[in-house]
Amino acid sequence: MSLIEVTDLRRTFTVRRRAEGSRRKQRTEVVAVQDLTFGIDAGEMVGYIGPNGAGKSTTIKMLTGILVPTSGRISVAGVDPSRNRTTLARRIGVVFGQRTSLWWDLPLRDSFDLLQKIYRTDPARHRTNLAEFLELLDLGELLDTPVRQLSLGQRMRGDIAAALLHDPEILYLDEPTIGLDVVSKGRLREFLRALNRERGTTLMLTTHDLQDIEALCRRVIVIDHGTQVYDGTLAGLHERGGSHRTVVVDLVDEAPPISVAGAVTRRVEGPRQWLSLPAGASAAPVVAALAASYDVADLSIQEPDIEDVIRELYSRAPSG
Amino acid sequence: MPLHVAVATRAFKRYSTYVGATLAGIFTNCVFGVIICFVYLEVWGSNPDAGGYDVTDALTYVWLGQAMIMTVAVWGGGSPDDLAERIRSGDVAIDFYRPVGILGWYLAADLGRAAYHLLTRGLAPTVIGGLLFDLRYPDGVGTWLVFLAAIPVAVTVSFALRMLASLTAFWLLDDVGPRMLLGFVALFFSGLTVPLVILPGMLRDLAFALPWATFLQVPADIWLGKTTGWEIVEGFAFMSGWAVVLLGLCSLVLRRAERRVVVQGG
Amino acid sequence: MVDYGRIASLWVRASMAYPASFWMMAVGSFLMTGLDFVAIWVLLRNVDDLGGFSLTEIGFLYGATGLGIAFADLFVGRVDRLGQMIRTGRLDTMMTKPVPLLVQVCADEFALRRFARVLQSSIVFVWASTYVDWSLPRALVAAEMVVSGSLIFFSLFVALACVQFWTADSSEVANAFTYGGNQVTQFPMSVFPSEIVKALTFVLPIAFVNWYPSLYILGRDDPFGLPRALQFASPVAAALFLGVAALAWRTGVRHYRSTGS
Repeated sequence: MSLIEVTDLRRTFTVRRRAEGSRRKQRTEVVAVQDLTFGIDAGEMVGYIGPNGAGKSTTIKMLTGILVPTSGRISVAGVDPSRNRTTLARRIGVVFGQRTSLWWDLPLRDSFDLLQKIYRTDPARHRTNLAEFLELLDLGELLDTPVRQLSLGQRMRGDIAAALLHDPEILYLDEPTIGLDVVSKGRLREFLRALNRERGTTLMLTTHDLQDIEALCRRVIVIDHGTQVYDGTLAGLHERGGSHRTVVVDLVDEAPPISVAGAVTRRVEGPRQWLSLPAGASAAPVVAALAASYDVADLSIQEPDIEDVIRELYSRAPSG
Repeated sequence: MPLHVAVATRAFKRYSTYVGATLAGIFTNCVFGVIICFVYLEVWGSNPDAGGYDVTDALTYVWLGQAMIMTVAVWGGGSPDDLAERIRSGDVAIDFYRPVGILGWYLAADLGRAAYHLLTRGLAPTVIGGLLFDLRYPDGVGTWLVFLAAIPVAVTVSFALRMLASLTAFWLLDDVGPRMLLGFVALFFSGLTVPLVILPGMLRDLAFALPWATFLQVPADIWLGKTTGWEIVEGFAFMSGWAVVLLGLCSLVLRRAERRVVVQGG
Repeated sequence: MVDYGRIASLWVRASMAYPASFWMMAVGSFLMTGLDFVAIWVLLRNVDDLGGFSLTEIGFLYGATGLGIAFADLFVGRVDRLGQMIRTGRLDTMMTKPVPLLVQVCADEFALRRFARVLQSSIVFVWASTYVDWSLPRALVAAEMVVSGSLIFFSLFVALACVQFWTADSSEVANAFTYGGNQVTQFPMSVFPSEIVKALTFVLPIAFVNWYPSLYILGRDDPFGLPRALQFASPVAAALFLGVAALAWRTGVRHYRSTGS
């Protein structure tokens, strides 16, 4: 039995909309998610990805017990979240990327104290955890700063520490890196990896940044329009979706299409050329080969876009 | 000038989007109006000449009061609250670099808001109060016009006071305190809790000299026909006097604040 | 309850970080809510009595309803921010915490300065009490009155806030019932027409906050000739109010959790 079990999960919303050509508002059923079935084992790090509005947050809300499913079954650590929300709350941590569970006007320190009281964490345990997270997340100097004065990245780190102080077995992260700069993203991923490695915390994160997944997750579940379209490894996803990375090369002079091993030239526009290589492959040999045989003025690498991958997934494998 | 009209129009439109809140507010005004009316019926029933008002004057005063609460923003609110928010967030620096004066800009916005509140939360309770109780109305076109002319002056005085409270945000960590206290003082000295005319001796004289008298008591006396002829001119001089003094004070404080923001960078 | 205390105490500690601001607000609101009673005093200077009740008797009514709303406001007044908590997603984060939702909502940003209002009402109440001819049964009814009154206002705050689960613009309507209920009970019911008094007794039983128990304590006959049993029925009214509030809260939360909005 997996730690998180989801069976035939479905959630619909009733919206009142004005139909075209009619002035009366009509009630329509909108399906947010349907036919979701998956299991997540203890210690896994799973990426839950999909375009905006695909149903990612709806799923997280149901897994945490905030939202009641329309039908289907969820069991988290053997418990039905919608029935035993408060019991389960002690065993999970939740971070919503665009909102904070910290208290806006209080210094970080008071927010952490408040959480210790809310979760009734053993004071000694709280202190050890706090000391560790302050160190790892580099929050020590910010303890006395009111939350509203923190930068987005600092606040996110604060929020993650807050979600972990009570030693949850599972950590849900809803878009944790949204709006963060490259350095903050990197540090955050580093921390989450260590957390999983050292404490065995199960991680489930929603994101639309493929790099988050690449850095953290062996397994991805892809959802689009409320339906699960893929569940497997990231490499497998790239393979299925046929996604590719793009190397954009600016040569010093115009040249005929480049030919190097491991990449295909897709487009030439004056001195600029676009080469593509499979998403799973390393760009290093290609770049080295380019530099060895051409006068390269500038070079950049574009990662595959989640929307593109999903689009490809559909066009290539309509059978699902 | 067209700019200020545009600012006022925008404020008017902004408030007019909250239809639900407006209806809810009108309901609340009416509940309070009815409660106070029954109390005053009792008071003026046993003392028919209290404060020089008869019972019809007193009841009319109640509904004028309910109409003015939001129009004059007795409790606080309006554009000075927006300014306080911008001071706290630091956005106020942008305001200082605009080529138009802060005071005029915010005053225009507040007058726009007041216009909306007058037409909704001013008009509706007065009409409903008139249906429920026997009220007195201005006895001629002239009185109507004078009353309507008094409202923007009252709003301006109130605006300047609220502005001063908001401007404390430049120096205090917490500007909610001054604004809240101002609200309580205004509630009493505007005559919203009891008509200023029935206050005893000295307290009455004091209340009539303070700027809050312009919120409700002075316009109400015009409406009720208590102030006539020269007294109207005096009344307007009193109201405009306070408006000028308080606006002057605001601009003085603003200049200090500007130096603080511009020189010290916030 | 324990959780409420733990959360509230932390907020008190946090607000003490700015003692100047705290004391200014506390003393300020104490003085200012006092003006409220000054207004009643002013009215009573112009007449001998109001609806057959003297200043000290009205002071007793005023103090009793004041204590009720002040305690309710102190402990659960924050619930009127529910709509805002929904909009900002704060409610969602609260739902992921192991403390009952209502406790978290009410204890959030607990402000001790609201105690100023309790203090102001207590002073009027104690002053008015010195004119009461006390006996043991009267003292018991008085204690029961303050508890019931607080619970009635407590329920009003919570039940009306629940409307915000459906529409965000409703907090002003709530004021009509909570602060309106306080205002209406500051005066003897004999001021109002009997239809209103009956409505406040049998439809929306706010008169039980202070009016009926006070008739017994002050040794007055009911001006409307209603049964004497009503004078001891405040706990029943409070229980009814609590039941409605609990139902409203449960329904509201269920609605929120089944619509996510």
